[in-house]
Amino acid sequence: MPASKKQVDLALSSDLKSVDTAETVVLELAQRLGFSEDETHKIGIALREAMVNAVVHGNKYSAHKKVHLGVWEENGGLRIVVSDEGAGFDLGSVPDPLAEENLLRESGRGILLMQAFVDEFQVRKLSPYGMEITMVKYAAQKS
Amino acid sequence: MSVKLTTRQVGDVTVIDAAGRITLGEGASSLRDAIRETVNAGNKKILLNLGEVNYIDSSGIGELVSAYTTVTNQGGHLKLLGLNKRIQDLLQITKLYTVFECHDDEAVAVRSFSS
Repeated sequence: MPASKKQVDLALSSDLKSVDTAETVVLELAQRLGFSEDETHKIGIALREAMVNAVVHGNKYSAHKKVHLGVWEENGGLRIVVSDEGAGFDLGSVPDPLAEENLLRESGRGILLMQAFVDEFQVRKLSPYGMEITMVKYAAQKS
Repeated sequence: MSVKLTTRQVGDVTVIDAAGRITLGEGASSLRDAIRETVNAGNKKILLNLGEVNYIDSSGIGELVSAYTTVTNQGGHLKLLGLNKRIQDLLQITKLYTVFECHDDEAVAVRSFSS
């Protein structure tokens, strides 16, 4: 059983200000936990992409839906969970942004960046609605 | 801080100096507007200087792609200058290094439009 302590538990409105709020909170926590500047930057990008995904694609900026952010300190690392209250999507239906025919698409790279910048990445559909993204950054990459 | 854009002319090359963050919202749309204004003014050789850009998210990357296609579709050329390590990494991860011509030196970049 991993040593886990919840550090952040927020229900945020579905707007871009919430993306900035979440980024500020998580970056401060990452710095406090001793992650290097570079790794903190990567955590920030992954978190930002998850939040934008929830606000824009999940909740579609709805004033009636919340984005939920939970962050745990886990064995010195971070577990970040972002969930929305939208219709959800099938990860398999997302076009591969690295495919030749998709390289010039203007969107669709968020999941790629999240996967690239954290150590564990999971997406699951919630019942009856919503998507949940879980990202884990290991402590071993601290400076 | 969102992105700050300054446009200058070096010979027949338009250099757009960007500074700050290019993210979803104001930063990304500002870049889109600047590129369109430049192309609509008839400038087809554009060097986008990202030397002072410290943060780009996937929306910002999308704007770089949009800029590239906008300029290319008008028969022009868009090249990038001064990418820091983090932006280089983003272009590697997204395979966009195969799309963009990137330079470290402005004089070399400007000359490359003539070759």
